[in-house]
Amino acid sequence: MSDTLLELDCLSVDYETSRGDLKALRDISFDVKKGEIVGIVGESGCGKSTLISSILRLTAPNTRFREGEIRFKGRNLLAASEKQMRDLRGADMSIVFQDPMQTHNPVLTIGRQMLDIQHRSRSPKAEKLARAARMLGALGIPDPEARLKQYPHEFSGGMRQRIAIAMALMSEPDLLIADEPTTALDATLEVQIIERLQELQREMNCAVLFISHHLGVIAELCDRVVVMYAGAVVESGEVREIFHNPKHPYTRRLIDCDPGHIKTRARVLPTIPGEVPDLAALPQGCVFRDRCTQAMPHCAAQVPPLSKLEEAHHAACWLNHGEVPA
Amino acid sequence: MSLLAVKGLQTSYGAVNVLAGVDFEVAAGETYALVGESGSGKTTVIRAIAGLAPAQEGSVRFNGREIRGLPERRLRPLRKDIAMMFQDPVGSLSPRLTIGSLVTEPYRIQGMKDRDLQAEAKRLLEMVNLPAHFASRYPYQLSGGQARRVGVARALALEPKLILADEPTAGLDVSVQGELLNLLNDLRERLGLAMVIITHNLNVVRHVADRMGIMYLGRLDEEGTTEDIFADPRHPYTRCLLSANPEPDPDARLVRIALRGEPPSLLNRPAGCEFRERCPFAQQGCTRTPQWETEGGRGLRCLAPLKSEQAA
Ligand SMILES: Nc1ncnc2c1ncn2[C@@H]1O[C@H](COP(=O)(O)OP(=O)(O)OP(=O)(O)O)[C@@H](O)[C@H]1O
Ligand SMILES: Nc1ncnc2c1ncn2[C@@H]1O[C@H](COP(=O)(O)OP(=O)(O)OP(=O)(O)O)[C@@H](O)[C@H]1O
Ligand code: SF4
Ligand SMILES: [Mg+2]
Ligand SMILES: [Mg+2]
Repeated sequence: MSDTLLELDCLSVDYETSRGDLKALRDISFDVKKGEIVGIVGESGCGKSTLISSILRLTAPNTRFREGEIRFKGRNLLAASEKQMRDLRGADMSIVFQDPMQTHNPVLTIGRQMLDIQHRSRSPKAEKLARAARMLGALGIPDPEARLKQYPHEFSGGMRQRIAIAMALMSEPDLLIADEPTTALDATLEVQIIERLQELQREMNCAVLFISHHLGVIAELCDRVVVMYAGAVVESGEVREIFHNPKHPYTRRLIDCDPGHIKTRARVLPTIPGEVPDLAALPQGCVFRDRCTQAMPHCAAQVPPLSKLEEAHHAACWLNHGEVPA
Repeated sequence: MSLLAVKGLQTSYGAVNVLAGVDFEVAAGETYALVGESGSGKTTVIRAIAGLAPAQEGSVRFNGREIRGLPERRLRPLRKDIAMMFQDPVGSLSPRLTIGSLVTEPYRIQGMKDRDLQAEAKRLLEMVNLPAHFASRYPYQLSGGQARRVGVARALALEPKLILADEPTAGLDVSVQGELLNLLNDLRERLGLAMVIITHNLNVVRHVADRMGIMYLGRLDEEGTTEDIFADPRHPYTRCLLSANPEPDPDARLVRIALRGEPPSLLNRPAGCEFRERCPFAQQGCTRTPQWETEGGRGLRCLAPLKSEQAA
């Protein structure tokens, strides 16, 4: 068998709305190899959460899969039955949602919820509870045994996020999908989570698809990075290449905007002027054109293909094509 | 006189003492950042100020007036001046209301019936860089960052004097985050808006906060101007925290100072300095209880403060 775990192949997904179809994902292709940590970055609303809810097939009712395949261990998930998906979720692949409240049922104690996700295991209840407490302790939650008796609202935001991570790791999945799992964590915990995920990668060959707006965390954690803009992949490559040799103007602007580079207080922080295009009425040509300072006439005519520049480095920009067709 | 003065604020849930006496002040037009360990009580502090969490002891003065423990009826008019941005963006928006009704809800709550709500909705959405047609959407149809911006628009609706913002930029990409921080900076300059901002993003703190307070286990451990704290952190916890910040460079070699052990239990607070068991710089004398000492605009709770050269 190949070492590819997850493959997205020309995936296109729309949301049906009263204003017409919103083209949330267009022609998405990339893979995640076994044991690889892949980061996804991109501006707010570019389709990152849509992408992962598509992989898990946990989408909003107005979602329409238009084209393409999502293959996990060679099997097309878009053709799998609901039962097969349920068996995969929480066993082979698990998820940490962007909004921890999506994971936690507000009327059940955390202990109850951590028991429920171990429903496949035949161990006695006391053992399952002890395992749950160990997981919470490992993620820095004090008094884990006592805490299991509490309800989600009795925890801080960062504790809820850590509980979601603990729950996702309990099944020792082959693929962990994490949607901004560290936004509510202080920097010391963030580093601890990064180390924990790298350990899982080493010890259990767990692959991770990790969404974050924190470029520092992406730089430190990920092997490879996928950059999205307005529903499309605009660049992907090895983490060093993306940070030191970005080949798409959006990636370059994104990195320049990171206040992590600016060490003295700035009165005005850099931004990318202009607006994201309306996904229900996409412009012709390159989606980034309106905001691109290097746009050329050809950029308005044709969508730049995601082309291979070097081994494992892809970008979708006409600037990388020696001869631009007139 | 400070716009907001918090003194000796204490909150307990049952036997658990979550806030063990918090003191800080914020002047009009000033931005104060509360940072610190997850679970240290930051959200509880601002919820208690807004009357949304219990506070059994202490005082909260707004414009010189005591507001701790006021009944909801007397808090409502104050909500015009004190706005809240919640940590959980989607969960804090009622799922059955459209985005347009949500951002203009503050006008309805305050009985401001003369407003053109549709025009206001458009203005507020534009302010946070969302297209006007979002007004007819429902919260579940937004991305995480878009929901966060709706929360910001709603908090700004009544042009408050004080904003209590819980992670206002979490879930935003760096460009939208920059736009939002520039907007808040601008409001501060134009309207004298004051802000208490909670954030784990130390890069954000550096750029927006005039002063900052570092929390640990329900208390402030250090306080000072943002510049001073970043240049010269004196409390060992502050130093560990600042050294952990990940750099946006895969080749960065960071010298991190790790905390020891596990966060202590609130049910059984450690004796002496409460940070002692995790402190990489602890000394024998740290079994005594440090007091909050202030000098030259800085506050510190530590028996063996770090010296500048140690903090290099
Ligand atoms: N159920 C839905 N119906 C219609 N539009 C939707 C729906 N869910 C999301 N959208 C829109 O689809 C786009 C992609 O949303 P998505 O949540 O995938 O973005 P994201 O990249 O995760 O953003 P963020 O970083 O802000 O979380 C956004 O413009 C959003 O407004
Ligand atoms: N309603 C409640 N009932 C019981 N305990 C609570 C309640 N709300 C908060 N706590 C506890 O109070 C402590 C402080 O929580 P708080 O939410 O203020 O932390 P925080 O500093 O905002 O953390 P984070 O950075 O993770 O959001 C935590 O131990 C939390 O579990
Ligand atoms: S294709 Fe043209 S408009 Fe698009 S990013 Fe490249 S230069 Fe800019
Ligand atoms: Mg999202
Ligand atoms: Mg909080």
